[in-house]
Amino acid sequence: MSALLSVSDLSKSFGAVVVADQTSFEVAPGAAIGILGPNGAGKTSLFNLITGALRPDAGRIEFQGTDITAISAAGRCKLGIARSFQVPHPFEGMTVFENALVGATEGAGLRGHAAEAHVLDVLEDTGLMPKANQRAGGLTLLERKRLEMARALAAKPRLLLLDEIAGGLTEAECSALIATIRRVHAGGTTIVWIEHVVHALLAVVEKLIVIDFGRKIAEGEPRAIMDSAEVKEIYLGVDPDV
Amino acid sequence: MTGPRVTRATRASRIAMVLGAVTLIVLAAAPWWAGRADLRLMGEIFLYLSLACLWNLMAGYAGLVSVGQQAFVGFGGYMLFALTIFGGLHPVVAIAGGGVLAALISVPIATLIFRLKGAYFAIGTWVMAEVFRLAFAQIQALGGGSGTSLPVAIVKEIGRKKAMRESVSYWLALGAVLCVLLAVYVFLRSRRGLALTAIRDSEVAASGLGIDIWRTKLEVYVVTSALTAVIGGLIFLQKLRISPDAAFSVNDWTAFVIFIVVIGGIGTLEGPIIGTLIFFALRETLADFGTIYLMVLGLVAIVVMLKAPKGVWGLIRDRFDIELFPLSYRVHHPKD
Repeated sequence: MSALLSVSDLSKSFGAVVVADQTSFEVAPGAAIGILGPNGAGKTSLFNLITGALRPDAGRIEFQGTDITAISAAGRCKLGIARSFQVPHPFEGMTVFENALVGATEGAGLRGHAAEAHVLDVLEDTGLMPKANQRAGGLTLLERKRLEMARALAAKPRLLLLDEIAGGLTEAECSALIATIRRVHAGGTTIVWIEHVVHALLAVVEKLIVIDFGRKIAEGEPRAIMDSAEVKEIYLGVDPDV
Repeated sequence: MTGPRVTRATRASRIAMVLGAVTLIVLAAAPWWAGRADLRLMGEIFLYLSLACLWNLMAGYAGLVSVGQQAFVGFGGYMLFALTIFGGLHPVVAIAGGGVLAALISVPIATLIFRLKGAYFAIGTWVMAEVFRLAFAQIQALGGGSGTSLPVAIVKEIGRKKAMRESVSYWLALGAVLCVLLAVYVFLRSRRGLALTAIRDSEVAASGLGIDIWRTKLEVYVVTSALTAVIGGLIFLQKLRISPDAAFSVNDWTAFVIFIVVIGGIGTLEGPIIGTLIFFALRETLADFGTIYLMVLGLVAIVVMLKAPKGVWGLIRDRFDIELFPLSYRVHHPKD
């Protein structure tokens, strides 16, 4: 089966700071992949490269077999790649409903009542329905993170990139989030998830990729990765969470 | 059980619509109840409101903070003179033609100045307007640096008697502001308008959701420039005389317009309307005091920017959560 997303030899640096160093990996259709790595390892930069927010210095990105390296961020979203931002970027002057409606009309290309109905479903799914009429500028940080996911889901992506959405949640909120992401995944959406809350990540993903200094240092079945000495040394040694 | 419903109109917007329609009828009849000076003043108010609405769409929504829209005001004015004097067109046709020509020349200008960001973009637009001013000052057929007047024969095409001409000029201004307000409203209410509002709030998130930012901004720039040129034509149809310094004045056609939009509330449809009323109320009460008038304008601008950065309408909207133009979507639950 051909990969949904294929990243080959992707490199990007800002002066001396290397955020991607010949990174290569593939994401199969319907997969759920987790990305681990210490702060500053280049995880969010990798998402920026995949979504087109950053241009790579070298390398190639393919989506559904097509080279998308030269396509704009907007074009990639229309092809089916949507992401949530680690630092939320809500449309502050617009209501929660309108925020998600942008994803439905622009990203998913839905019109009129079909778009509205889809947005209502997404808000119900992500638990934002009670806030539907509130301006996004007045939301708390946790609500903003949930809105990030809702907006991305409204765009009906084939590939959903989630960037640290579980941090700071209570146990119950985290369980609800895991259930939501599992539902999205079961619906056929491929997921790549950057997360420091490892137990949440492990509850969803079937494969882990570990990144450090812009370089992929491990990739494989989650249990095996978590047990490998290299990962324990580089990543888990600095994280008391596990 | 039925699910939640989505609506857009609110009680405030319905009341505003009725009041707006009544106001429109009263204003359309103004030539029969208002004096000559009042008619002129109201015509000027309509044209300023149009400029403010257009600048607000461009700067407040598309993030294109131009200080060079006087380029298009002056261009539209000069096209009125050129197309009537040399082309033999009726003034109204010439004004519309000026709009079309402005749309055409705004495309190459946009590809040039869109390479600039933020403050550089603002300065770039100003430089462009100065180029326009210097270029038109070179055209001797249009009076060069000292300008020219609209020939009597052309003026008479608007109306044979002076009173008739003033009424027609007034109705054209009223028609223009109505068209501009409707056009901006219909656009903002559409899918493209939702996308533009998203760009206003976060460009990075908007492009991530599939919005082509460059193209959207280009569309807004071309349409506002064309309509600004039409308004420019109407302004100089009222004045009947044009010169490069008057046509491309940064004070008259940009500084006052920015004041209006910022005071009223940038990035809202209601803001420019309130701003225009405040600006003309200040101008009419303080005009006799000379330079003090400009100092008071500056003071008001500073106070509003410090105390109410979202403008007067922003203050009202945050306090009462109302909207006169139904742009928002509201979700209603069955139990409501």
